[in-house]
Amino acid sequence: MTASWDSVYTVYTEMDGAFTISQSDKRAMYLQIMEQIKQRIALGDWKEGQPIPSIRQLAVDLQISVITGKRAYLELEREGVIVTQQGKGSRVASKPGLGMQLREQELEQHLEQAARIAGLLGMRPRELEERLREAGDRLNHRKAEKETV
Amino acid sequence: MNDFAIEMSGVSKRYRFFSLEDIRLNVPEGQIMGLIGPNGAGKSTTIRILLGLVHQDEGEVRVLNRRMPAEQIGAKWDIGFASEDMRLYESMTLDWHMRFIRSIYPGWDAPYAQLLLKRFGLRAEQKIKGLSHGQRVKATLLLVLARRPKLLVLDEPTTGLDPVARHEILRELTSVMADEGRSILFSSHHTQDVEQISDRITFIDRGRILDSMDKEVYLDRWRRLRLETPAGVELPALPGIIGVRQEGRLAVATANAFIPDLVGAYESAGARVQRVESMTLEEIFVANVEYSREREEVQA
Repeated sequence: MTASWDSVYTVYTEMDGAFTISQSDKRAMYLQIMEQIKQRIALGDWKEGQPIPSIRQLAVDLQISVITGKRAYLELEREGVIVTQQGKGSRVASKPGLGMQLREQELEQHLEQAARIAGLLGMRPRELEERLREAGDRLNHRKAEKETV
Repeated sequence: MNDFAIEMSGVSKRYRFFSLEDIRLNVPEGQIMGLIGPNGAGKSTTIRILLGLVHQDEGEVRVLNRRMPAEQIGAKWDIGFASEDMRLYESMTLDWHMRFIRSIYPGWDAPYAQLLLKRFGLRAEQKIKGLSHGQRVKATLLLVLARRPKLLVLDEPTTGLDPVARHEILRELTSVMADEGRSILFSSHHTQDVEQISDRITFIDRGRILDSMDKEVYLDRWRRLRLETPAGVELPALPGIIGVRQEGRLAVATANAFIPDLVGAYESAGARVQRVESMTLEEIFVANVEYSREREEVQA
């Protein structure tokens, strides 16, 4: 039991190299940590139900304060993304389809942002729909162009 | 049982041209406290009082459960202190200093000292007089860290260092915290460093503490609101807003006790809230010092 925990653990601490806290990023540090953890789960690097580093370990690896790590984990717990058990550490929530759900959530956020800006510009929903379609066409067009080159 | 590494309450110290008034701060065990303040704010005096190097006129100081300055001899074994003005023997090598400290402190961790030498890029056989400023700071820190004290007190540990050396030191300080029983208090002008590694922060200005609390809670209370005010709309004075700057139709309001209701309050007054931004510790620091000085001058 302990051996398997350890081996999983090592895999994750090695991956922490990709965690980065940016000081030019305007968002609070705990939000940056939350987003990066969600990304790992969305991409399937961190699997459902698997152990993740302890708060103190995360703080040491990222060179941040324990309180910031704690904040990130608490919020992730509240959102149901991770589970923390007293004395047993934290793990990714065992929810089938969690990765997909997180990706959906990200899309939702971008759509809301687009809707908000459209509202500020006084755009009607119809126009926004049209613009979204155009954006999709542009993307496909660029992709096709790249492939022919 | 006591869960605080440092407790100061009602501490005052008066000099002819400077006084420290009613200093109250607590550092829970296992946490990093960042002490921030402009030059001459009283950071170093506060640090010297808690080490027992300067005796307070009034107030209670307990460090690692010992009353200071009365029990300072006993406390010193568990406290590691480093400051810029610490003198090393110029004509001696770093290795000589390491052996010297080792002979005094039984807790000296020789393998850790070797590891620190490597991590800091220092050579034990080098004489102190040949070291650069950055190397001296790192050498002093090595001598303190390798004792593995329960409490580290560092006066401006990153001042005057290049970015690489600063990061080496921050890395070492955060790795100390892997051990839950250890605590750090450090002072700095580098608000970025404090924001990154502290669990708690204390702001000090003109000998008084402006705020002392959990960093996450503190950062959450401060916000900048970007507002658009249509012609004819007066911005109302709202609680929690410490300042508003207006230029044409755009205004920027700073909140030190932000609640989401503030957005609604501005909007029902006819203004449009474009954005609510979080602030860096540096921005908060400047806003806080300016605000408290203005208030002090109004009262005077």
